[in-house]
Amino acid sequence: MLQLPPDFTVIGDKNRPYRDQSGVNAPRDFDEYRTTTLRHPKQPLTLLPQRLTEITGPVLGEGRVTAADADLTLAHGGEAQGQRIIVHGRVLDSDGRAVPNTLIEVWQANAGGRYRHAGDTWPAPLDPHFDGVGRVLTDATGNYRFTTIKPGAYPWGNHTNAWRPAHIHFSLFGQAFTQRLVTQMYFPDDPMFFQDPIFNSVPKEARGRMVSAFDYEATQDNWALGFRFDIVLRGRNATPFEGDDHDD
Amino acid sequence: MTDFAPRYPVTPGIDFTKVPFGQTPSQTVGPYLHIGLPWPDGPDVVPTGTEGSIDITVTVYDGHRTPIADAMIETWQADAAGRFDHPDDPRGRAEPTPARFRGFGRAVADSTGTSTVRTVKPGPLSAEDGSIEAPHIDVGIFARGMLERLVTRIYFPDETERNFSDPVLSGMDPRQREKLIAKATPTGYHLDVVVQDSDPNGDETPFFDL
Repeated sequence: MLQLPPDFTVIGDKNRPYRDQSGVNAPRDFDEYRTTTLRHPKQPLTLLPQRLTEITGPVLGEGRVTAADADLTLAHGGEAQGQRIIVHGRVLDSDGRAVPNTLIEVWQANAGGRYRHAGDTWPAPLDPHFDGVGRVLTDATGNYRFTTIKPGAYPWGNHTNAWRPAHIHFSLFGQAFTQRLVTQMYFPDDPMFFQDPIFNSVPKEARGRMVSAFDYEATQDNWALGFRFDIVLRGRNATPFEGDDHDD
Repeated sequence: MTDFAPRYPVTPGIDFTKVPFGQTPSQTVGPYLHIGLPWPDGPDVVPTGTEGSIDITVTVYDGHRTPIADAMIETWQADAAGRFDHPDDPRGRAEPTPARFRGFGRAVADSTGTSTVRTVKPGPLSAEDGSIEAPHIDVGIFARGMLERLVTRIYFPDETERNFSDPVLSGMDPRQREKLIAKATPTGYHLDVVVQDSDPNGDETPFFDL
């Protein structure tokens, strides 16, 4: 647990460590996702009590995002092809508090399931007006919103007839090194969930937290469908970090 | 491609509003992180030309000692004075040393699995009971096949005394400790990160559970 020198003043619940994520994340060696095989540690992790380096983190955003970055459908002088969607939601910590002014980065395939990436060999056409990358900051109450195209599913080489469900990659910083999160947003009722080891690597109870909700209220007449996706980062420990608590 | 198809139970109508509130799980960055994550100035923790700047290079190897060419690293560190320009630094906010120091670096690997950030050496940090944390950089490692980032730390070879009494390093056995201490290079420091070794006394880098 974090302990600070006596001359440090602790105000409110600042400087408490951030709660762990056990039971939320996938095991690092999920056999059915083949690439994990050589890319997971075999030795136990070393417990690192959270110190100053871990409870602080990059505060980014100002100057790194323009309003245009929140609309992925207009690129290189034209409109992207596919189903236009509005994705919005809130970023919270697991204590339910809003995470304001934090940078969200997203990247995704186009409507045909093709990424604008040299390594993507799926022969769906590239869309000259879709780059598949966006950035947005949460506002003072943790809300964010961007406009994009619903990504297509695409095949990959994990196993026979393997397809990734449609998804958008999300990257968030929160306010501490410990809160950093990279995840994927899925769409409700995707028919490909049953065979995707990346989605299903996550414990069953937590999988639904990666699936957005269709949001008719956010849908815009004659223009775009709406989806809501709230993202929850680690919260602070509820127990005091010093005093009567055990220190392991 | 392997000749099997996993099959998992499906929960119809699943979405986040129908499951208990809780943290969003981590997922892999996948093979195409280069679309969304790199920034032109990502590797520049300090601006080009900053006096005293050093290159930190990190090479990431998989369980077969093959360099992971699709890896990305992120670094987070105190400034040269051992401060964080962050509201949760209990000593209060401070102007960064040197000026325009960002604390954060992000770099993608080249074909040799090596990522490079340009920074300055961090200062030591106050820790509990009046002890001092040796200068260090937190490193997050992301790649296809990693469902969650791996976290390790870089320490410096020219800090023998501080490393010896550092509260994190001093709690590790000497063989593990060694693996977190970078090697000096002509322009800075280098660390090899070995993601996997089934031998407990083998080459696997110590990774941290935060």
